[in-house]
Amino acid sequence: MSLALPAPDMARAITRISHEILERNSGSNSITLLGIPTRGAHLASRIASSMREIDGKEIQCGTLDITLHRDDLRLRPPRALMPTNIPALGVEGRDVILVDDVLFSGRTIRAALDALGEIGRPRSVQLAVLVDRGHRQLPIRADYVGKNLPTSISQVIKVHMTELDGVDEVTLEDGDA
Amino acid sequence: MRHLLSISDLTKVEALSILNTAETLSRVSDGPMKKLPTLRGRTIVNLFAEDSTRTRISFEAAAKRLSADVINFSAKGSSVSKGESLKDTAQTLQAMGADAVIIRHSASGAAQTLADNQWMSGSVINAGDGTHEHPSQALLDAFTIRKHLAHGNDDLTGLRVAIVGDILHSRVARSNVLLLTMLGAHVTLVAPPTLLPVGVESWPVTISYNFDDVIESVDAVMMLRIQLERMSEMFFPNAREYSRYFGLNKDRLVKMKQSAIVMHPGPMNRGLEITADSADSARSVILEQVTNGVSVRMAILYLLLAGSQELEIAQ
Repeated sequence: MSLALPAPDMARAITRISHEILERNSGSNSITLLGIPTRGAHLASRIASSMREIDGKEIQCGTLDITLHRDDLRLRPPRALMPTNIPALGVEGRDVILVDDVLFSGRTIRAALDALGEIGRPRSVQLAVLVDRGHRQLPIRADYVGKNLPTSISQVIKVHMTELDGVDEVTLEDGDA
Repeated sequence: MRHLLSISDLTKVEALSILNTAETLSRVSDGPMKKLPTLRGRTIVNLFAEDSTRTRISFEAAAKRLSADVINFSAKGSSVSKGESLKDTAQTLQAMGADAVIIRHSASGAAQTLADNQWMSGSVINAGDGTHEHPSQALLDAFTIRKHLAHGNDDLTGLRVAIVGDILHSRVARSNVLLLTMLGAHVTLVAPPTLLPVGVESWPVTISYNFDDVIESVDAVMMLRIQLERMSEMFFPNAREYSRYFGLNKDRLVKMKQSAIVMHPGPMNRGLEITADSADSARSVILEQVTNGVSVRMAILYLLLAGSQELEIAQ
């Protein structure tokens, strides 16, 4: 097991992503952050508080559970559902930033786009991830990346966050294969 | 979980996972996402060999909100009325590729028979079998009670529920006794001795023959329908006497705790076990039970059908 992203680097990545989002969208007025549970939701609220510090404005931040829209449900045992909380201004006409911890096959993001389409029509949808590990199975890319981490398909990336795991770090483990 | 046949097959963890899933799903269907693609391409058969309004429609609505295809099949107007056996019906459904069968039948144990005999590979969901069980009704009742009275607790610890009326013929009562006591509630059965089943003293409940002794102390009153169609003998002298002793009326309604709720699984015999003003009072959550029924049944279908059952065993 190796440490791919220690806590200070993770904090810096989150701050940088927050700056990049504000820069690209010329401020935070039109932005709605939607984190994909579980860790993407915590990541989204961290980005939101970092953006609030930089910009001095309240940020629209919520969660979007995509379990019911997954295309790989039948390949796994039933999954527990997580809450979806769409912030007060909704998604209609907003610049929605999807936030997830690891970008891998891209299937989660495809499901998130489907789920989002049911809720409304955002002006644009952008994607922020803490780690991009490659091995995409769909034509999807991230707009904001904390760290590009080249991996082999059998390796396992684990994102730990203080809210859930007591520590902030990203580790890379060799899989069984 | 592969089938849902009886509450006694469920562990407390499984029961709570159904209730929690239903809660998330109810927030989803209240919100902007009315229709979900989760069960697209799955076929669900409603096999109803006994009359039903709300259970059948509720399961149908639940399946359709999850984008499953629903085939309705009632005994009247099908080959069942020509004498086709359950086995042949099941094999026909299997040949048509049903992923799940929701069965209501007048014979106790019909769902179990269907699940045990490998006539078909899909999931079997018991939507009421004779006087045995009606698990999805108990789950929606527990969901409704939890929503109103549990104050954010996961289970029903410390709550007192009275189930009143025709316990003898009631599958709703049997499933509810099992589920509510498993979730920590205290259940009191209120009925004339003629409407209590043999062996009821071994159930984990308190029994009372006097509704007025019980009414003031309970958090929820569940009124049961007098099932005239299952009654071949005289169980009480006449309807007026039954209403006076065991019916819910205005006098009893005002004696209830401030927060207490009135429930009925439907269909109601207004004026017999429940007066019209009680059924329509502010305490009544009878229509909410119907709404919650759809969410609970969506949760059941999701947990039984969305994932892979083989992998659950393998992992």
